[in-house]
Amino acid sequence: MTEGSSPAKAYALHLAVVAFLFGLNFVLPAYHHGLLARILVLATFAMGYNLLFGYVGLLSLGHAMFFAAGLYGAGLGVHHYGLSVPLAFVAALFCGAALSLVIGLLALRTSGVAFMIVTMMFAQVLALAILYFAPLTGGDQGLVLQQQERVIQLGNTVLDLTNPTVRYMTALGLFSVVLLLMLAIVRSRFGRVLIAVRENEERTRMLGYDTFTNKLTAMVVSGVICAAAGGAYALLFGYVGANFASVQYSILPLLWVLLGGAATTLGPLIGTLFMYYVVDITSSYTSAYLLIVGIALIVLVLFFPKGILGTIRQRLLRWLP
Amino acid sequence: MAFGPHLLLAVLEGLVTSAVLALTALGLSLVFGVMRVVNVAHGELFMLGAVLAWAITTTIGGNPAIGFMAALVLAPLIVGAVALAAERLVLRKVNYDPEATIVATIGLLYIIQQLALTFYGADARPVPPPFNMRISLPWFGYSGYKLSIIGASALLLILSWLVMTRTKAGLIMRATQYDRETAQAFGIPVDRVYAGVFALGAMLAAVAAVLIVPISQAHYLMGQDPLLLSFIVVIIGGLGSLRGTVVAAVLIGVSDGVISMFFSPTLAKMIATLLVAMVLVFRPHGLFGKAAQ
Repeated sequence: MTEGSSPAKAYALHLAVVAFLFGLNFVLPAYHHGLLARILVLATFAMGYNLLFGYVGLLSLGHAMFFAAGLYGAGLGVHHYGLSVPLAFVAALFCGAALSLVIGLLALRTSGVAFMIVTMMFAQVLALAILYFAPLTGGDQGLVLQQQERVIQLGNTVLDLTNPTVRYMTALGLFSVVLLLMLAIVRSRFGRVLIAVRENEERTRMLGYDTFTNKLTAMVVSGVICAAAGGAYALLFGYVGANFASVQYSILPLLWVLLGGAATTLGPLIGTLFMYYVVDITSSYTSAYLLIVGIALIVLVLFFPKGILGTIRQRLLRWLP
Repeated sequence: MAFGPHLLLAVLEGLVTSAVLALTALGLSLVFGVMRVVNVAHGELFMLGAVLAWAITTTIGGNPAIGFMAALVLAPLIVGAVALAAERLVLRKVNYDPEATIVATIGLLYIIQQLALTFYGADARPVPPPFNMRISLPWFGYSGYKLSIIGASALLLILSWLVMTRTKAGLIMRATQYDRETAQAFGIPVDRVYAGVFALGAMLAAVAAVLIVPISQAHYLMGQDPLLLSFIVVIIGGLGSLRGTVVAAVLIGVSDGVISMFFSPTLAKMIATLLVAMVLVFRPHGLFGKAAQ
């Protein structure tokens, strides 16, 4: 395998990407600055999805539930229980871990098409539960977190997450940590076992690996990353809504990952960035953005099943992680 | 109204739901059984059938019965043609790979939904029933049209069963379902069978939609519930089993009717979805299905 043959190059590339995004903070106009902060959080969501879909080969149609677990874990924590922002974020991670552990224990008993349908159904149950417990969650309307609920007190310094620069830097911080974590996972023994499971689960089991535990671990890590993105989204953008738990938010990370390239570390960022801007630009001409999403999905499946980075890796840069 | 008649009304409403559900789910089950792919756009094909029924009845005008009969014939044909085009242009090209098919049909779902919103609009519009007749029971009057839905659905289900078990076409479909490669080796044009089955599945959904639209209006988002419920029915009934599909549709339809009459519909849907997910986790072949070969 050519993968992993040049670790220095890979780390240099990822650090360069992070440094570039850091630099953008100072030059971007306000509109794109805000948009990019949102994209970085959603790209983190896509990276969490990619761990399971790209590397383990498990296609989940219910990852909105992990994003929503983080979103509501943090949002309800701040809004109803008066948690401070860092504690609310920890609550989001905890909700994501607990939910993904339970869902993993159940859903990983199935495989293939059944896995997709089961994950979709569990996500649907959570989405319905959010609507059903409307007095707590705000139901369809969702909750808006006020500015005073979104500040971090560090001794004498006060970090206001509604400030654009603080918001961008927090989003970038989360994105960078997860990006480097993904790179480390992919290069680790654990990451290699996951890829082996994707390629041939029976053979991996025969070689003495406990595939169920490895898959479950990947599910929980993936769930926690998605919940981290959800928690950050609630705290940074101040809105917690039921539409983030809907099927559409399970499909979107799939689309972003497919577009950028499944099983590539930078693919989720590229896919999210590209799709978000395509939708943003077209929505100024037409409201039919779902049409674009639909056509993009079909075109990708028909002509570019490996996505942007996957194709580049295949043709040009074999060392790309 | 006393508890007894109230329950009877709930059961009747549930049976109407079951009748439509059985047809929709049969379409999904047929496609899964023969082709081993999941059509996520099935609900949108259902919606397309309803929207077309509205378009056809408004264009024709005049006596509602004539417009309705025209819709009952034309809408499924158009939906079948759409499905056939999708099958030839997309599904065949990805070689019926299960994951690629799911992603592609999700794409199809969004495209149909968005086109319906753009050209049909966000309003729910009614279609006049072909006839208005109230059948008076001792406790309440009940719509004769709703009862005729149950009859029409039962007729179509029996017809499907006869086609599957008594005709050459049914034999070919069952052979393809049982073992694709051996069927091919015996000269069955598997490729054309797939195209036909995919179109047929969509047409069943469209017929169900035309039947239900006089009592529930056509709306561009109406495909979501039938999709989820069809999944539930197909899973509980066992994938690819006609008898199981019908039993499960009656079970789900009636219990849905009864539960939503006495409890919150959101709670009912929540519990039903959770139970079915558990069935799929612990009994992957359904409650009535046999293990796959």
